[in-house]
Amino acid sequence: MPARPIIEIENLSHTYMKGTPMEHVALKGTNLYVEEGECIAIIGHTGSGKSTLIQHFNGLMRPESGKVIIDGEDLSQKKVNLKTLRQKVGLVFQNPEDQIFEKIIGDDIAYGPFKLGLPLKEVRERVKWAMEVVGLDFEEMKDRQTFALSGGQKRKVALAGILALKPKILVLDEPTAGLDPKSRKELLGKIKVLNKEEKLTVVFVSHNMEEVAMLADRVYVMADGTDVLSGTPKEIFTDKEKLQRHQIGTPETVKILYRLSDLGYKVKTDAFSIHEAAEEIMKVLAGTKEVSNYVK
Amino acid sequence: MEPIISVENVSFSYKINEKTKVSVLKNISFSILPGEYVAIIGHNGSGKSTLSKHLNGILTPDEGDVWVRGYNTREQTKKREIRRTVGTVFQHPDNQIVATIVEEDVAFGLENIGVPREEMKKRVDEALETVNMLPFRLRPPHHLSGGQKQRVAIAGVLAMKPDCIVFDEATSMLDSFGRKEVLQVMREMNNAGMTIVTVTHHMSEAAEADRIIVIEDGQIVMDGPPREIFQHKQELEELQLEVPAISQLAGLINGQLNDFSKDLIKEAEFIAEVEKFAKGVRKEVG
Repeated sequence: MPARPIIEIENLSHTYMKGTPMEHVALKGTNLYVEEGECIAIIGHTGSGKSTLIQHFNGLMRPESGKVIIDGEDLSQKKVNLKTLRQKVGLVFQNPEDQIFEKIIGDDIAYGPFKLGLPLKEVRERVKWAMEVVGLDFEEMKDRQTFALSGGQKRKVALAGILALKPKILVLDEPTAGLDPKSRKELLGKIKVLNKEEKLTVVFVSHNMEEVAMLADRVYVMADGTDVLSGTPKEIFTDKEKLQRHQIGTPETVKILYRLSDLGYKVKTDAFSIHEAAEEIMKVLAGTKEVSNYVK
Repeated sequence: MEPIISVENVSFSYKINEKTKVSVLKNISFSILPGEYVAIIGHNGSGKSTLSKHLNGILTPDEGDVWVRGYNTREQTKKREIRRTVGTVFQHPDNQIVATIVEEDVAFGLENIGVPREEMKKRVDEALETVNMLPFRLRPPHHLSGGQKQRVAIAGVLAMKPDCIVFDEATSMLDSFGRKEVLQVMREMNNAGMTIVTVTHHMSEAAEADRIIVIEDGQIVMDGPPREIFQHKQELEELQLEVPAISQLAGLINGQLNDFSKDLIKEAEFIAEVEKFAKGVRKEVG
């Protein structure tokens, strides 16, 4: 019998400010599962319920109706051990400011492991390791003050703080927003290594379709508080009718290939990298050349 | 033409502990003319955000001066005029949303400067309409998603009718549709005469501007129109930046077909070049 998924969401609903004139339905009947070791992307318009959904994964929000089962534990039960749950599920928020509260970078990243009661040596090892993963130089940055950091650097500190807890499941809300192109590429590379080599289960919310195409094994598309579509990046980004119906963005390369395809050029639209796309377009250009040679 | 913002020999450093200071801006000078659309790019920690916070006196220089329409940003008594001339939209809207209802939040700045009620209502409606948030006017902002909150924050600044808006990585939390909308709003506002300064990590976004300033280690290392800046692929990569995906694609194709232009920065140009090339070849055949 196959192992149970590490995350199971069944028919989950959530309404903000229920019973007031400002009532707002954020989730209605969402379903989702994540197998251990998978890398899952959640995409969808602003306001589609993505952030509300992932806050259920570590018990920040408890299911109002429906089921949330994390690693076999049903979070609708009253007696959930939140401490072990949050050690298991590391959640990195969209705004890094929300989870940085120490004055010094090293202290901030050490906070979690320290609270776990780990020996000091182990805490230091973990801080060093986590800083390395996110691309912050340990010696240079550990004693810096957190308030003087740029937005991108704060993001890295927040992520390092979660990684230092060595979670089993890493949940990221827009992991690369605010990072420069090089830091973005490096961080995506590191997440890929954590997922593929260290077998960390990763769930990330993103509006960057390049990183969805590059990282995700499967994609869930959210709209109006529910999961409207799921599949591999290839399945999602090549279904033009669905892309349009759900207003899903595509990687920039795919966008161009669709434009060319609409203009009557014979191109495949599932080239996610710049190199693949260039090759595909070269076929069009070289193709016309071949015709000319033939006619001559 | 008189510059709207003039930055003269500005240096600034953050104190990181009792003994050490980190120098963030090092003797920077440039000016921004009314009606310009300027993108500031640079890697994380290069100083671009610190620089943008100097443009309306949120931060004031350790050395040098910043002038906004002739007022020195150090002059405490001119803060109001300076902020009314140059508004800022930040990366995290949570930091600038204050009210419990969207339309009240947009009206907040107007109430502070005593705009009459009828005028205030009109300006709030216009601003919310511009950012496509009118249907959300009676919602509490803290239950909106990041992108929606950001659009409310932009509306709040828009309602103040400044001459210049500084967007400090204001689109980095938006999805591709949200970003497209905001970029469109920026372009429309610029066409209507508003000066735009945008700090961004998205090269395709910088390509929309008329001028790009590249910051590295607290200094300006490049300053020019996007087409010129994006010709320096290697230098930009050394600065931990990149050229837009379109330029990368054009570069790769140019490597195999010399006639295909490599100086393309926008999608429409790229498509046109493919068309031109394909048709040109067809013509040869005929």
